[in-house]
Amino acid sequence: MSYKLRVEALQAWYGQHQVLKGISMPIRANTITAVIGPSGCGKSTFIRCLNRMHEVVPGTRVAGRVWLDGRNIYNGINAVEVRRRVGMVFQTPNIFPAMSIFQNVVAGLYLNGIRGRRQLQERAENCLQQAGLWEEVRDRLHDTAAGLSSGQLQRLCIARALAVEPEILLMDEPCSALDPIASIRIEELMRELKASYTIILVTHNMQQAARVSDYTAYLCDGELVEYESTPEVFIRPKDSRTENYITGRGADTRPL
Amino acid sequence: MICAIGLLGLVLLMVILIWQAAGPSIKAFGFSFFFTREWDPVHGRFGALPYIYGTLVSTLLALLLAGPVSLGAAVYVAEFAPRKIKNILGFMIDLLAAVPGIIFGLWGNFVLSPWLAGSLEPRLEHYFGFLPLFRGPATGVGMLAAGIILAIMISPLITAVSREVLEIVPASQREAMIALGATPWEVVRRAVLPYARTGIVGAFTLGLGRAIGETMALTMVIGNRPQISASLFAPAYTMTSVIVNEFTEAVEPLHLAALIHIALVLFLVTLLVNTVARLMIYLMNRRVKKWTV
Ligand SMILES: Nc1ncnc2c1ncn2[C@@H]1O[C@H](COP(=O)(O)OP(=O)(O)OP(=O)(O)O)[C@@H](O)[C@H]1O
Ligand SMILES: [Mg+2]
Repeated sequence: MSYKLRVEALQAWYGQHQVLKGISMPIRANTITAVIGPSGCGKSTFIRCLNRMHEVVPGTRVAGRVWLDGRNIYNGINAVEVRRRVGMVFQTPNIFPAMSIFQNVVAGLYLNGIRGRRQLQERAENCLQQAGLWEEVRDRLHDTAAGLSSGQLQRLCIARALAVEPEILLMDEPCSALDPIASIRIEELMRELKASYTIILVTHNMQQAARVSDYTAYLCDGELVEYESTPEVFIRPKDSRTENYITGRGADTRPL
Repeated sequence: MICAIGLLGLVLLMVILIWQAAGPSIKAFGFSFFFTREWDPVHGRFGALPYIYGTLVSTLLALLLAGPVSLGAAVYVAEFAPRKIKNILGFMIDLLAAVPGIIFGLWGNFVLSPWLAGSLEPRLEHYFGFLPLFRGPATGVGMLAAGIILAIMISPLITAVSREVLEIVPASQREAMIALGATPWEVVRRAVLPYARTGIVGAFTLGLGRAIGETMALTMVIGNRPQISASLFAPAYTMTSVIVNEFTEAVEPLHLAALIHIALVLFLVTLLVNTVARLMIYLMNRRVKKWTV
Protein backbone atom coordinates (compact mmCIF):
# COMPACT_ATOMS: atom_id res chain seq x y z
CA MET A 1 0.00 0.00 0.00
CA SER A 2 1.28 3.46 -0.84
CA TYR A 3 1.86 6.37 1.47
CA LYS A 4 -0.22 9.39 0.66
CA LEU A 5 1.48 11.62 3.15
CA ARG A 6 4.81 11.30 4.90
CA VAL A 7 5.55 13.58 7.81
CA GLU A 8 9.24 13.89 8.67
CA ALA A 9 10.73 15.54 11.75
CA LEU A 10 7.92 18.07 11.92
CA GLN A 11 8.42 20.84 14.45
CA ALA A 12 6.14 23.80 15.10
CA TRP A 13 6.26 26.91 17.25
CA TYR A 14 3.96 29.65 18.49
CA GLY A 15 6.43 32.47 19.02
CA GLN A 16 9.08 30.99 21.31
CA HIS A 17 6.86 28.17 22.51
CA GLN A 18 7.68 24.90 20.73
CA VAL A 19 4.54 22.81 20.39
CA LEU A 20 5.61 19.97 18.08
CA LYS A 21 8.97 18.43 18.86
CA GLY A 22 9.83 16.40 15.81
CA ILE A 23 7.04 14.17 14.58
CA SER A 24 7.58 11.55 11.88
CA MET A 25 4.65 9.60 10.64
CA PRO A 26 3.74 8.05 7.29
CA ILE A 27 0.05 7.96 6.40
CA ARG A 28 -1.47 5.51 3.94
CA ALA A 29 -3.90 6.43 1.21
CA ASN A 30 -7.60 5.68 1.74
CA THR A 31 -7.34 5.15 5.45
CA ILE A 32 -8.66 6.95 8.49
CA THR A 33 -6.00 7.92 10.97
CA ALA A 34 -7.11 9.04 14.40
CA VAL A 35 -4.93 11.46 16.32
CA ILE A 36 -5.56 11.31 20.06
CA GLY A 37 -3.88 12.80 23.09
CA PRO A 38 -4.43 15.05 26.09
CA SER A 39 -5.70 18.58 25.63
CA GLY A 40 -2.97 21.01 24.64
CA CYS A 41 -0.59 18.33 23.39
CA GLY A 42 -0.53 19.77 19.89
CA LYS A 43 -3.10 17.74 17.94
CA SER A 44 -4.69 20.74 16.28
CA THR A 45 -1.30 22.26 15.63
CA PHE A 46 -0.19 19.01 14.04
CA ILE A 47 -2.99 18.72 11.53
CA ARG A 48 -2.87 22.45 10.82
CA CYS A 49 0.71 21.90 9.69
CA LEU A 50 -0.50 19.37 7.15
CA ASN A 51 -2.30 21.95 5.02
CA ARG A 52 -0.15 24.92 5.96
CA MET A 53 -2.84 26.54 8.12
CA HIS A 54 -0.40 26.84 11.01
CA GLU A 55 1.50 29.65 9.31
CA VAL A 56 -1.69 31.72 9.01
CA VAL A 57 -1.39 32.68 12.69
CA PRO A 58 1.14 35.52 13.04
CA GLY A 59 4.39 34.69 14.82
CA THR A 60 4.34 30.96 14.11
CA ARG A 61 7.08 28.82 12.59
CA VAL A 62 7.35 25.33 11.12
CA ALA A 63 10.36 23.11 10.43
CA GLY A 64 10.57 19.66 8.89
CA ARG A 65 9.10 18.08 5.80
CA VAL A 66 5.66 16.91 4.79
CA TRP A 67 5.66 14.87 1.60
CA LEU A 68 2.40 14.84 -0.28
CA ASP A 69 2.68 12.25 -3.06
CA GLY A 70 6.42 12.66 -2.93
CA ARG A 71 6.48 16.47 -2.98
CA ASN A 72 7.33 18.52 0.06
CA ILE A 73 4.42 20.88 0.75
CA TYR A 74 6.81 23.31 2.44
CA ASN A 75 9.08 23.55 -0.55
CA GLY A 76 8.16 24.34 -4.10
CA ILE A 77 4.36 24.16 -3.85
CA ASN A 78 2.47 27.28 -2.90
CA ALA A 79 0.24 27.25 0.12
CA VAL A 80 -2.91 27.88 -1.89
CA GLU A 81 -2.39 24.70 -3.94
CA VAL A 82 -1.64 22.69 -0.80
CA ARG A 83 -4.88 23.84 0.79
CA ARG A 84 -6.88 22.93 -2.26
CA ARG A 85 -5.47 19.41 -2.18
CA VAL A 86 -5.71 19.02 1.58
CA GLY A 87 -9.15 20.03 2.81
CA MET A 88 -10.05 20.85 6.39
CA VAL A 89 -13.11 20.60 8.61
CA PHE A 90 -12.90 22.63 11.81
CA GLN A 91 -14.08 21.93 15.31
CA THR A 92 -16.86 24.49 15.22
CA PRO A 93 -18.87 24.62 12.01
CA ASN A 94 -17.61 27.85 10.47
CA ILE A 95 -20.01 28.27 7.59
CA PHE A 96 -20.43 31.63 5.90
CA PRO A 97 -23.63 33.01 7.43
CA ALA A 98 -24.05 35.67 4.75
CA MET A 99 -24.28 33.03 2.04
CA SER A 100 -26.99 30.55 1.10
CA ILE A 101 -26.54 26.81 1.59
CA PHE A 102 -25.75 26.46 -2.09
CA GLN A 103 -23.22 29.29 -2.07
CA ASN A 104 -21.52 27.79 0.95
CA VAL A 105 -21.02 24.45 -0.77
CA VAL A 106 -19.62 25.97 -3.94
CA ALA A 107 -17.53 28.69 -2.25
CA GLY A 108 -14.31 26.81 -2.94
CA LEU A 109 -15.25 26.13 -6.57
CA TYR A 110 -15.94 29.79 -7.00
CA LEU A 111 -12.39 30.50 -5.88
CA ASN A 112 -11.16 28.10 -8.54
CA GLY A 113 -12.93 30.18 -11.15
CA ILE A 114 -15.72 27.69 -11.83
CA ARG A 115 -18.81 29.79 -12.57
CA GLY A 116 -21.02 27.68 -14.82
CA ARG A 117 -24.41 27.48 -13.17
CA ARG A 118 -25.06 23.91 -14.28
CA GLN A 119 -21.66 22.65 -13.21
CA LEU A 120 -21.92 24.31 -9.81
CA GLN A 121 -25.37 22.88 -9.27
CA GLU A 122 -24.27 19.37 -10.14
CA ARG A 123 -21.27 19.54 -7.85
CA ALA A 124 -23.31 21.02 -5.02
CA GLU A 125 -25.86 18.23 -5.25
CA ASN A 126 -23.14 15.62 -5.46
CA CYS A 127 -21.24 16.90 -2.45
CA LEU A 128 -24.36 17.41 -0.36
CA GLN A 129 -25.27 13.83 -1.14
CA GLN A 130 -21.83 12.60 -0.12
CA ALA A 131 -22.17 14.57 3.10
CA GLY A 132 -25.59 13.03 3.68
CA LEU A 133 -27.31 16.39 3.72
CA TRP A 134 -29.01 16.50 0.35
CA GLU A 135 -32.39 15.11 1.38
CA GLU A 136 -32.64 17.59 4.24
CA VAL A 137 -31.80 20.73 2.31
CA ARG A 138 -32.79 20.08 -1.30
CA ASP A 139 -35.86 22.29 -1.00
CA ARG A 140 -34.07 25.20 0.59
CA LEU A 141 -30.73 25.34 -1.16
CA HIS A 142 -31.05 29.07 -1.63
CA ASP A 143 -32.06 29.90 1.92
CA THR A 144 -29.44 31.27 4.24
CA ALA A 145 -27.25 28.61 5.78
CA ALA A 146 -27.61 30.21 9.18
CA GLY A 147 -30.90 28.41 9.76
CA LEU A 148 -29.51 24.87 9.95
CA SER A 149 -28.96 22.78 13.10
CA SER A 150 -25.38 22.37 14.29
CA GLY A 151 -25.18 18.78 13.02
CA GLN A 152 -26.39 19.95 9.64
CA LEU A 153 -23.93 22.84 9.72
CA GLN A 154 -21.03 20.48 10.29
CA ARG A 155 -22.15 18.28 7.42
CA LEU A 156 -22.43 21.42 5.31
CA CYS A 157 -18.81 22.20 6.20
CA ILE A 158 -17.85 18.70 5.09
CA ALA A 159 -19.73 19.17 1.82
CA ARG A 160 -17.95 22.49 1.33
CA ALA A 161 -14.58 20.84 1.92
CA LEU A 162 -15.42 18.00 -0.48
CA ALA A 163 -16.52 20.34 -3.25
CA VAL A 164 -12.96 21.30 -4.20
CA GLU A 165 -12.18 17.57 -4.51
CA PRO A 166 -9.29 17.40 -2.07
CA GLU A 167 -7.19 14.27 -1.78
CA ILE A 168 -6.88 14.43 1.97
CA LEU A 169 -9.45 15.54 4.51
CA LEU A 170 -8.30 16.87 7.89
CA MET A 171 -10.96 16.86 10.57
CA ASP A 172 -10.33 18.56 13.90
CA GLU A 173 -12.82 17.22 16.44
CA PRO A 174 -15.66 17.45 13.93
CA CYS A 175 -18.18 15.96 16.33
CA SER A 176 -17.38 17.83 19.52
CA ALA A 177 -20.32 20.19 19.04
CA LEU A 178 -22.76 17.46 18.06
CA ASP A 179 -25.14 15.12 19.84
CA PRO A 180 -24.49 11.34 19.68
CA ILE A 181 -26.89 10.71 16.80
CA ALA A 182 -25.36 13.43 14.66
CA SER A 183 -21.88 12.15 15.57
CA ILE A 184 -22.74 8.62 14.46
CA ARG A 185 -24.05 10.08 11.23
CA ILE A 186 -20.68 11.79 10.63
CA GLU A 187 -18.78 8.63 11.50
CA GLU A 188 -20.76 6.67 8.92
CA LEU A 189 -20.00 9.41 6.49
CA MET A 190 -16.28 9.16 7.17
CA ARG A 191 -16.34 5.43 6.49
CA GLU A 192 -18.04 6.08 3.15
CA LEU A 193 -15.61 8.84 2.25
CA LYS A 194 -12.62 6.62 2.97
CA ALA A 195 -13.02 5.02 -0.46
CA SER A 196 -12.07 8.25 -2.18
CA TYR A 197 -10.20 10.28 0.43
CA THR A 198 -7.48 9.92 2.99
CA ILE A 199 -8.82 11.11 6.33
CA ILE A 200 -6.97 12.34 9.40
CA LEU A 201 -9.23 12.78 12.39
CA VAL A 202 -8.48 14.48 15.69
CA THR A 203 -10.77 13.28 18.43
CA HIS A 204 -11.14 13.22 22.19
CA ASN A 205 -13.61 10.42 21.98
CA MET A 206 -11.86 7.05 22.41
CA GLN A 207 -14.90 5.10 21.26
CA GLN A 208 -15.03 7.16 18.14
CA ALA A 209 -11.35 6.58 17.40
CA ALA A 210 -11.81 2.84 17.98
CA ARG A 211 -14.95 2.71 15.85
CA VAL A 212 -13.86 4.53 12.73
CA SER A 213 -10.09 4.66 12.42
CA ASP A 214 -7.65 2.23 10.82
CA TYR A 215 -4.60 3.72 12.49
CA THR A 216 -4.24 5.62 15.72
CA ALA A 217 -1.53 8.05 16.70
CA TYR A 218 -1.09 9.03 20.32
CA LEU A 219 0.47 12.44 20.78
CA CYS A 220 1.71 13.65 24.11
CA ASP A 221 3.40 16.93 24.84
CA GLY A 222 4.31 17.50 21.20
CA GLU A 223 5.79 14.07 20.66
CA LEU A 224 4.47 11.04 18.87
CA VAL A 225 4.34 8.36 21.56
CA GLU A 226 2.64 5.60 19.66
CA TYR A 227 1.46 5.02 16.12
CA GLU A 228 0.02 1.65 15.16
CA SER A 229 -3.07 0.09 13.66
CA THR A 230 -6.06 0.97 15.80
CA PRO A 231 -6.67 -2.52 17.26
CA GLU A 232 -3.00 -2.71 18.26
CA VAL A 233 -3.14 0.62 20.05
CA PHE A 234 -6.35 -0.14 21.87
CA ILE A 235 -5.70 -3.79 22.72
CA ARG A 236 -1.93 -3.95 23.16
CA PRO A 237 -0.56 -0.45 23.66
CA LYS A 238 3.23 -0.55 23.83
CA ASP A 239 3.73 2.57 25.88
CA SER A 240 2.35 2.86 29.38
CA ARG A 241 1.41 6.51 28.72
CA THR A 242 -0.85 5.43 25.87
CA GLU A 243 -2.42 2.76 28.01
CA ASN A 244 -3.10 5.18 30.83
CA TYR A 245 -4.62 7.66 28.45
CA ILE A 246 -6.98 5.30 26.65
CA THR A 247 -8.08 3.59 29.82
CA GLY A 248 -8.78 6.92 31.39
CA ARG A 249 -6.08 6.74 34.05
CA GLY A 250 -4.43 9.74 32.57
CA ALA A 251 -3.28 11.37 35.79
CA ASP A 252 0.40 11.12 34.96
CA THR A 253 0.11 12.28 31.37
CA ARG A 254 -2.38 15.05 31.76
CA PRO A 255 -1.08 18.08 33.60
CA LEU A 256 -4.08 19.54 35.33
CA MET B 1 -32.35 52.59 32.71
CA ILE B 2 -33.74 55.74 34.28
CA CYS B 3 -31.03 57.69 32.47
CA ALA B 4 -32.03 56.11 29.18
CA ILE B 5 -35.69 56.96 29.66
CA GLY B 6 -34.71 60.45 30.76
CA LEU B 7 -32.67 60.94 27.59
CA LEU B 8 -35.48 59.63 25.45
CA GLY B 9 -37.84 62.03 27.18
CA LEU B 10 -35.43 64.88 26.54
CA VAL B 11 -35.28 64.09 22.83
CA LEU B 12 -39.05 63.89 22.70
CA LEU B 13 -39.34 67.20 24.52
CA MET B 14 -36.99 68.81 22.04
CA VAL B 15 -39.03 67.55 19.11
CA ILE B 16 -42.20 68.93 20.67
CA LEU B 17 -40.66 72.31 21.45
CA ILE B 18 -39.20 72.69 17.98
CA TRP B 19 -42.51 71.56 16.52
CA GLN B 20 -44.35 74.29 18.45
CA ALA B 21 -41.84 76.95 17.48
CA ALA B 22 -42.21 75.93 13.85
CA GLY B 23 -46.00 76.10 14.25
CA PRO B 24 -46.73 79.28 12.22
CA SER B 25 -44.74 77.96 9.27
CA ILE B 26 -46.31 74.51 9.45
CA LYS B 27 -49.74 76.11 9.55
CA ALA B 28 -49.03 78.52 6.70
CA PHE B 29 -47.30 76.19 4.24
CA GLY B 30 -48.00 72.62 5.35
CA PHE B 31 -46.52 70.01 3.06
CA SER B 32 -45.97 72.44 0.20
CA PHE B 33 -43.09 73.78 2.30
CA PHE B 34 -40.99 70.88 1.07
CA PHE B 35 -41.79 71.37 -2.61
CA THR B 36 -41.57 75.15 -2.92
CA ARG B 37 -38.47 76.72 -4.41
CA GLU B 38 -39.17 80.23 -3.31
CA TRP B 39 -37.52 81.73 -0.22
CA ASP B 40 -38.63 85.32 0.05
CA PRO B 41 -38.46 86.88 3.52
CA VAL B 42 -39.67 90.25 2.17
CA HIS B 43 -42.99 88.90 0.96
CA GLY B 44 -43.21 86.20 3.58
CA ARG B 45 -43.11 83.25 1.19
CA PHE B 46 -40.99 80.33 2.28
CA GLY B 47 -40.16 76.99 0.69
CA ALA B 48 -37.37 74.65 1.76
CA LEU B 49 -36.79 72.78 -1.49
CA PRO B 50 -33.43 74.37 -2.48
CA TYR B 51 -32.03 73.70 0.99
CA ILE B 52 -33.24 70.14 1.08
CA TYR B 53 -31.80 69.67 -2.39
CA GLY B 54 -28.48 71.24 -1.36
CA THR B 55 -28.15 69.06 1.72
CA LEU B 56 -29.17 65.93 -0.15
CA VAL B 57 -26.86 66.38 -3.11
CA SER B 58 -23.82 67.58 -1.15
CA THR B 59 -24.26 64.67 1.25
CA LEU B 60 -24.63 62.08 -1.46
CA LEU B 61 -21.66 63.52 -3.30
CA ALA B 62 -19.62 63.31 -0.10
CA LEU B 63 -20.67 59.72 0.48
CA LEU B 64 -19.82 58.84 -3.10
CA LEU B 65 -16.35 60.32 -2.75
CA ALA B 66 -15.62 59.24 0.83
CA GLY B 67 -17.21 55.79 0.73
CA PRO B 68 -14.82 53.83 -1.51
CA VAL B 69 -11.74 55.62 -0.18
CA SER B 70 -12.70 55.03 3.45
CA LEU B 71 -13.58 51.41 2.88
CA GLY B 72 -10.30 50.87 1.07
CA ALA B 73 -8.38 52.50 3.91
CA ALA B 74 -10.27 50.46 6.50
CA VAL B 75 -9.57 47.21 4.65
CA TYR B 76 -5.90 48.10 4.36
CA VAL B 77 -5.54 49.03 8.01
CA ALA B 78 -7.56 46.10 9.32
CA GLU B 79 -6.32 43.35 7.03
CA PHE B 80 -3.01 44.14 5.39
CA ALA B 81 -1.04 46.80 7.22
CA PRO B 82 1.88 45.70 9.40
CA ARG B 83 1.31 46.37 13.08
CA LYS B 84 3.40 49.56 13.20
CA ILE B 85 1.76 51.20 10.21
CA LYS B 86 -1.58 50.08 11.59
CA ASN B 87 -1.02 52.03 14.80
CA ILE B 88 0.25 55.15 13.06
CA LEU B 89 -2.61 55.20 10.57
CA GLY B 90 -5.16 54.54 13.30
CA PHE B 91 -3.78 57.47 15.26
CA MET B 92 -3.88 59.77 12.24
CA ILE B 93 -7.44 58.80 11.44
CA ASP B 94 -8.54 59.58 14.98
CA LEU B 95 -6.67 62.89 14.83
CA LEU B 96 -8.36 63.86 11.59
CA ALA B 97 -11.75 63.06 13.10
CA ALA B 98 -11.07 65.52 15.92
CA VAL B 99 -10.29 68.56 13.72
CA PRO B 100 -13.02 71.22 14.16
CA GLY B 101 -15.21 71.84 11.14
CA ILE B 102 -14.27 75.50 10.92
CA ILE B 103 -10.66 74.55 10.17
CA PHE B 104 -11.81 72.50 7.23
CA GLY B 105 -13.94 75.47 6.18
CA LEU B 106 -10.97 77.83 6.22
CA TRP B 107 -8.83 75.35 4.36
CA GLY B 108 -11.62 74.88 1.83
CA ASN B 109 -11.92 78.58 1.36
CA PHE B 110 -8.25 79.40 0.97
CA VAL B 111 -6.85 76.25 -0.61
CA LEU B 112 -9.55 74.02 -2.06
CA SER B 113 -11.72 76.62 -3.77
CA PRO B 114 -8.89 78.39 -5.64
CA TRP B 115 -7.56 75.03 -6.78
CA LEU B 116 -10.99 73.95 -7.96
CA ALA B 117 -11.54 77.21 -9.82
CA GLY B 118 -8.11 77.32 -11.38
CA SER B 119 -7.42 73.69 -12.03
CA LEU B 120 -9.90 70.90 -11.42
CA GLU B 121 -13.16 72.45 -12.63
CA PRO B 122 -11.83 73.70 -16.01
CA ARG B 123 -10.32 70.27 -16.58
CA LEU B 124 -13.51 68.44 -15.64
CA GLU B 125 -15.43 70.71 -18.00
CA HIS B 126 -12.93 70.03 -20.76
CA TYR B 127 -13.20 66.25 -20.50
CA PHE B 128 -16.71 65.70 -19.16
CA GLY B 129 -18.39 68.92 -20.27
CA PHE B 130 -20.91 66.93 -22.30
CA LEU B 131 -22.58 66.14 -18.95
CA PRO B 132 -24.61 69.02 -17.49
CA LEU B 133 -23.00 68.12 -14.14
CA PHE B 134 -19.68 69.55 -15.20
CA ARG B 135 -20.70 72.68 -17.05
CA GLY B 136 -20.81 76.32 -16.02
CA PRO B 137 -18.54 79.02 -14.64
CA ALA B 138 -15.67 77.59 -12.59
CA THR B 139 -15.86 79.61 -9.40
CA GLY B 140 -14.58 76.95 -7.02
CA VAL B 141 -17.42 77.80 -4.68
CA GLY B 142 -20.43 75.52 -4.86
CA MET B 143 -21.73 72.01 -4.66
CA LEU B 144 -18.49 70.32 -5.73
CA ALA B 145 -16.42 72.12 -3.12
CA ALA B 146 -19.04 71.31 -0.50
CA GLY B 147 -19.04 67.63 -1.49
CA ILE B 148 -15.27 67.38 -1.32
CA ILE B 149 -14.99 69.14 2.04
CA LEU B 150 -17.74 66.98 3.47
CA ALA B 151 -16.07 63.86 2.09
CA ILE B 152 -12.83 64.76 3.82
CA MET B 153 -14.68 65.45 7.04
CA ILE B 154 -16.67 62.22 7.17
CA SER B 155 -14.04 59.81 5.88
CA PRO B 156 -12.19 59.48 9.23
CA LEU B 157 -15.45 58.49 10.89
CA ILE B 158 -16.38 55.99 8.18
CA THR B 159 -12.86 54.57 8.14
CA ALA B 160 -12.66 54.20 11.91
CA VAL B 161 -16.05 52.54 12.27
CA SER B 162 -15.53 50.28 9.23
CA ARG B 163 -12.18 49.22 10.58
CA GLU B 164 -13.70 48.27 13.92
CA VAL B 165 -16.40 46.34 12.14
CA LEU B 166 -13.84 44.47 10.00
CA GLU B 167 -11.73 43.65 12.99
CA ILE B 168 -14.53 41.93 14.85
CA VAL B 169 -15.07 39.46 12.01
CA PRO B 170 -14.10 36.19 13.71
CA ALA B 171 -10.84 34.48 12.75
CA SER B 172 -12.79 31.29 12.07
CA GLN B 173 -14.42 32.99 9.09
CA ARG B 174 -11.08 33.91 7.59
CA GLU B 175 -9.67 30.47 8.28
CA ALA B 176 -12.64 28.80 6.63
CA MET B 177 -11.91 30.72 3.45
CA ILE B 178 -8.14 30.23 3.66
CA ALA B 179 -8.61 26.48 4.09
CA LEU B 180 -10.54 26.41 0.83
CA GLY B 181 -7.47 27.80 -0.88
CA ALA B 182 -8.24 31.51 -0.96
CA THR B 183 -5.59 34.18 -1.47
CA PRO B 184 -5.49 37.04 1.10
CA TRP B 185 -7.47 39.28 -1.20
CA GLU B 186 -10.08 36.58 -1.82
CA VAL B 187 -10.42 36.13 1.93
CA VAL B 188 -11.32 39.80 2.26
CA ARG B 189 -13.64 39.85 -0.70
CA ARG B 190 -15.48 36.58 -0.15
CA ALA B 191 -15.43 36.10 3.62
CA VAL B 192 -14.68 39.31 5.52
CA LEU B 193 -16.62 41.91 3.52
CA PRO B 194 -19.81 39.86 3.08
CA TYR B 195 -19.77 39.00 6.76
CA ALA B 196 -19.27 42.63 7.74
CA ARG B 197 -21.73 44.02 5.22
CA THR B 198 -24.36 45.15 7.69
CA GLY B 199 -21.78 46.86 9.88
CA ILE B 200 -20.18 48.63 6.93
CA VAL B 201 -23.54 49.95 5.78
CA GLY B 202 -23.96 51.13 9.37
CA ALA B 203 -20.62 52.95 9.20
CA PHE B 204 -21.64 54.64 5.95
CA THR B 205 -24.95 55.64 7.48
CA LEU B 206 -23.17 57.18 10.46
CA GLY B 207 -21.08 59.17 7.98
CA LEU B 208 -24.27 60.22 6.24
CA GLY B 209 -25.70 61.45 9.54
CA ARG B 210 -22.56 63.42 10.24
CA ALA B 211 -22.63 64.96 6.76
CA ILE B 212 -26.25 66.03 7.04
CA GLY B 213 -25.60 67.85 10.29
CA GLU B 214 -22.33 69.52 9.26
CA THR B 215 -22.62 73.31 9.17
CA MET B 216 -19.64 75.63 9.42
CA ALA B 217 -17.31 74.21 6.81
CA LEU B 218 -20.14 73.92 4.33
CA THR B 219 -21.35 77.44 4.86
CA MET B 220 -17.89 78.66 3.92
CA VAL B 221 -17.57 76.85 0.62
CA ILE B 222 -21.01 76.15 -0.83
CA GLY B 223 -21.76 79.68 -2.00
CA ASN B 224 -25.02 80.08 -0.09
CA ARG B 225 -27.42 80.69 -2.93
CA PRO B 226 -30.82 78.95 -2.72
CA GLN B 227 -31.01 77.54 -6.22
CA ILE B 228 -31.35 74.17 -7.84
CA SER B 229 -28.81 73.77 -10.59
CA ALA B 230 -27.76 70.71 -12.53
CA SER B 231 -24.16 71.85 -12.45
CA LEU B 232 -21.92 70.78 -9.59
CA PHE B 233 -19.90 73.97 -10.07
CA ALA B 234 -22.87 76.17 -9.22
CA PRO B 235 -23.38 77.59 -5.72
CA ALA B 236 -26.06 76.03 -3.58
CA TYR B 237 -27.36 76.24 -0.03
CA THR B 238 -27.95 73.67 2.68
CA MET B 239 -30.47 73.36 5.48
CA THR B 240 -27.87 73.90 8.17
CA SER B 241 -26.26 76.85 6.41
CA VAL B 242 -29.47 78.79 5.96
CA ILE B 243 -30.32 78.36 9.62
CA VAL B 244 -26.95 79.61 10.84
CA ASN B 245 -26.86 82.50 8.33
CA GLU B 246 -30.36 83.85 8.78
CA PHE B 247 -31.26 82.99 12.32
CA THR B 248 -29.96 86.20 13.89
CA GLU B 249 -31.57 88.41 11.23
CA ALA B 250 -34.96 86.77 11.19
CA VAL B 251 -37.20 89.45 12.65
CA GLU B 252 -40.46 88.39 11.06
CA PRO B 253 -42.12 85.66 13.16
CA LEU B 254 -42.94 83.68 10.03
CA HIS B 255 -39.34 83.85 8.82
CA LEU B 256 -38.13 82.55 12.16
CA ALA B 257 -40.77 79.82 12.16
CA ALA B 258 -39.72 78.76 8.65
CA LEU B 259 -36.11 78.41 9.78
CA ILE B 260 -37.18 76.36 12.76
CA HIS B 261 -39.35 74.31 10.44
CA ILE B 262 -36.18 73.42 8.53
CA ALA B 263 -34.44 72.62 11.80
CA LEU B 264 -37.26 70.25 12.69
CA VAL B 265 -36.87 68.35 9.45
CA LEU B 266 -33.11 68.24 9.94
CA PHE B 267 -33.50 66.96 13.46
CA LEU B 268 -35.90 64.20 12.52
CA VAL B 269 -33.82 63.10 9.55
CA THR B 270 -30.56 62.91 11.54
CA LEU B 271 -32.35 61.10 14.34
CA LEU B 272 -33.66 58.56 11.87
CA VAL B 273 -30.33 58.13 10.07
CA ASN B 274 -28.38 57.66 13.28
CA THR B 275 -30.89 55.20 14.67
CA VAL B 276 -30.69 53.14 11.51
CA ALA B 277 -26.87 53.24 11.59
CA ARG B 278 -26.69 52.12 15.22
CA LEU B 279 -29.21 49.40 14.56
CA MET B 280 -27.12 47.99 11.72
CA ILE B 281 -23.94 47.99 13.76
CA TYR B 282 -25.85 46.33 16.58
CA LEU B 283 -27.12 43.63 14.22
CA MET B 284 -23.59 43.02 13.02
CA ASN B 285 -22.40 42.60 16.61
CA ARG B 286 -25.17 40.18 17.33
CA ARG B 287 -24.20 38.08 14.36
CA VAL B 288 -20.61 37.97 15.59
CA LYS B 289 -21.81 36.78 18.99
CA LYS B 290 -23.86 34.08 17.34
CA TRP B 291 -21.06 32.77 15.17
CA THR B 292 -18.16 32.73 17.58
CA VAL B 293 -18.33 29.84 19.96
N1 LIG C 1 -2.79 30.85 18.66
C1 LIG C 1 -1.94 30.36 19.61
N2 LIG C 1 -1.00 31.17 20.15
C2 LIG C 1 -0.15 30.71 21.08
N3 LIG C 1 -0.16 29.46 21.55
C3 LIG C 1 -1.07 28.61 21.07
C4 LIG C 1 -2.01 29.01 20.07
N4 LIG C 1 -2.80 27.96 19.77
C5 LIG C 1 -2.36 26.93 20.54
N5 LIG C 1 -1.33 27.32 21.32
C6 LIG C 1 -0.61 26.46 22.26
O1 LIG C 1 -0.09 25.35 21.58
C7 LIG C 1 -0.24 24.17 22.34
C8 LIG C 1 -0.95 23.11 21.52
O2 LIG C 1 -2.23 23.57 21.17
P1 LIG C 1 -3.21 22.73 20.28
O3 LIG C 1 -4.38 23.58 19.98
O4 LIG C 1 -2.48 22.17 19.12
O5 LIG C 1 -3.60 21.55 21.27
P2 LIG C 1 -4.68 20.41 21.07
O6 LIG C 1 -3.99 19.14 21.27
O7 LIG C 1 -5.41 20.59 19.78
O8 LIG C 1 -5.63 20.67 22.27
P3 LIG C 1 -7.23 20.45 22.36
O9 LIG C 1 -7.41 18.99 22.53
O10 LIG C 1 -7.60 21.19 23.59
O11 LIG C 1 -7.84 20.99 21.12
C9 LIG C 1 -0.99 24.56 23.61
O12 LIG C 1 -0.04 24.65 24.64
C10 LIG C 1 -1.55 25.91 23.30
O13 LIG C 1 -1.55 26.69 24.46
MG1 LIG D 1 -7.44 21.17 19.25
